Amino acid sequence: MSDIIRVLVAKPGLDSHDRGAKVVARAYRDAGMEVVYTGLHQTPEQVVEAAVQEDVDVVAISILSGAHDVLVPRIVNLLRERGRGDVLVLVGGVVPEEDIPALEQAGVARVFGPGSRLEEIVEFTRRCVRGQG
Amino acid sequence: MAGKSEGAERKESFITVSGREIERVYGPDAIAELDHAQDLGEPGEYPYTRGIHPTMYRGRLWTMRQFAGFGTAEESNARYRFLLEHGQTGLSVAFDFPTLLGYDSDHPRAEGEVGKLGVAIDTLADMEILFQGIPLDRVSTSMTINAPAAILWAMYVAVGEKQGVPRDRLTGTIQNDILKEYMAQKTFVFPPRPSMRLVTDTFAFGAREVPRWNTISISGYHIREAGATAVQELAFTLANGREYVRAGIEAGLRVDEFAPRLSFFFNSHVDFFEEIAKFRAARRIWARQMREHFGAKDPRSWMLRFHTQTAGCSLTAQQPENNIVRTALEALAAVLGGTQSLHTNSMDEAMALPSEDAVRIALRTQQLIAEESGVVNTVDPLGGSYFVEALTCQLEQEALAYFEKIDRLGGVIPAIEMGFFQREIADAAYRYQRRVEAGELTVVGVNRYTGGPATPIRLLRVGPESQRRQLERLARVRRERDELTVRHALRRVREVARGRENLMYPILEAVQAYATLGEIMGVLREEFGEYREEAIF
Repeated sequence: MSDIIRVLVAKPGLDSHDRGAKVVARAYRDAGMEVVYTGLHQTPEQVVEAAVQEDVDVVAISILSGAHDVLVPRIVNLLRERGRGDVLVLVGGVVPEEDIPALEQAGVARVFGPGSRLEEIVEFTRRCVRGQG
Repeated sequence: MAGKSEGAERKESFITVSGREIERVYGPDAIAELDHAQDLGEPGEYPYTRGIHPTMYRGRLWTMRQFAGFGTAEESNARYRFLLEHGQTGLSVAFDFPTLLGYDSDHPRAEGEVGKLGVAIDTLADMEILFQGIPLDRVSTSMTINAPAAILWAMYVAVGEKQGVPRDRLTGTIQNDILKEYMAQKTFVFPPRPSMRLVTDTFAFGAREVPRWNTISISGYHIREAGATAVQELAFTLANGREYVRAGIEAGLRVDEFAPRLSFFFNSHVDFFEEIAKFRAARRIWARQMREHFGAKDPRSWMLRFHTQTAGCSLTAQQPENNIVRTALEALAAVLGGTQSLHTNSMDEAMALPSEDAVRIALRTQQLIAEESGVVNTVDPLGGSYFVEALTCQLEQEALAYFEKIDRLGGVIPAIEMGFFQREIADAAYRYQRRVEAGELTVVGVNRYTGGPATPIRLLRVGPESQRRQLERLARVRRERDELTVRHALRRVREVARGRENLMYPILEAVQAYATLGEIMGVLREEFGEYREEAIF
């Protein structure tokens, strides 16, 4: 097993706001991780397929469309079905406070809202993956 | 108080939100090159640096136009009436993502997204409800729609006809700016070339049939929101403008036939003077390009008319009331920059769609600037300021340098295909974020002056019942329409898409037969193909 953490940055749904996803992807890369970015408009199936193919440790989902309640649990469940329930799932974007418990219940490790610091995201990711490893 | 270090300053350098270094003081030297007659002129005169009207806001205030739309057509219609009752003077429609990408609400990809970030429109039946009780001959409407712009515009024209309003009385704007979609907003569907054909078809249809309509709103807003700097926003937007003018001419139109209906849309970010300079530079650059480069003769072709929206990306989820202040500053910059219409963001927009209370404050902000502050009493009050004029010249020069770079890459479309703009914007977004995290730029409530009690904000939520109602109506329309007429109309769309006639006419027939947005877009997807971008970060 390689020491390098592998991250899939994913943009599920029709949401086209990709500024945050790209900035976070670059921060991961600058922190020495290997990053694959799915690009826009991915179905949950496409996201999970990419996660399995790329054998990633982390799926970082960026979502600003309000469709997180539908799309995020589907990604988590599909990962489990594919035997990759071990993958760390993070969410970033605009998610109302009151929706966060449901996402965490579904298996999301953490939701990073607007104003989150890149270092905080990178550190949290590193801690979780290393902790599991 | 000055003490022993009179020359000392708080920081080594003072930079704008775009990273531009600003000098301690500007004097006559800073504008030594500026020629009053040539570079400024009078308000309402070429090159329009000081504004496109001689009287500006003494003659007529800007149009107060809040971007709104969510859930079903009924819910959005109620919001529009609310805004008009509170003194708003124009409408601006936000569509949901399935509509923006040309999918019907019952498409599998639309699940969870129907009505979430805008109103869901599938057929003419939705559009009829959206404008119920709103007289289209008296209200101008702006629609933020791009890849399917021709279809939504056709629906609007059809609703007008049902209300008894002839086409030549309709006023408003379709965004229809596909080039910036590839650069920044990313709600593209077709590849660039067939997309440009749709755009020039709308130019020709507008010139012939809907002469008071703005057939495009060439937009820097989304470029800026995606992370671009002020000068990138300015340069890329005007470069796109040049590209549309070229495309119109290549499609056989005379420049003065369509150029007066080109309009623009800029962001107003929080760095006050840089934004004002950007608006002034935009007018001067455009006037010169149109007259000198494209040989336009009609002064209306030289005038850059623009809508402004305050910067959504400047808002913070932390301490949301601060957003009212940010928005007020940004709106003031837009007014001092001479905008023709304005949207002010609501304080809760970093978290969700705006609630009614938040929208009211945002609208009141504009009314307060217009009616209380006195800034409207004279035209271009900052004209002649050493600092503002120097900054205006600087932005103009830098934008022209970008034009050269883009031309060397073969023009806007090849540069898009190479990922040039996407890379420039991604780099700027990352630089900005790093500057904030390093504390070089302050964001109040985020990296300084944090803490304090969390304010409970009541968020507007679009529930699943909106989606359910929308699906029911769509099913009913499909059931009740005349299937044969629909099929015939769609076949006609396909034939024209393959040929060279204007697509607006068969599209109008199709929407009048209650063909759905997804059906018409489906035909065009088959004929034109779909665009896939290479993801750059």
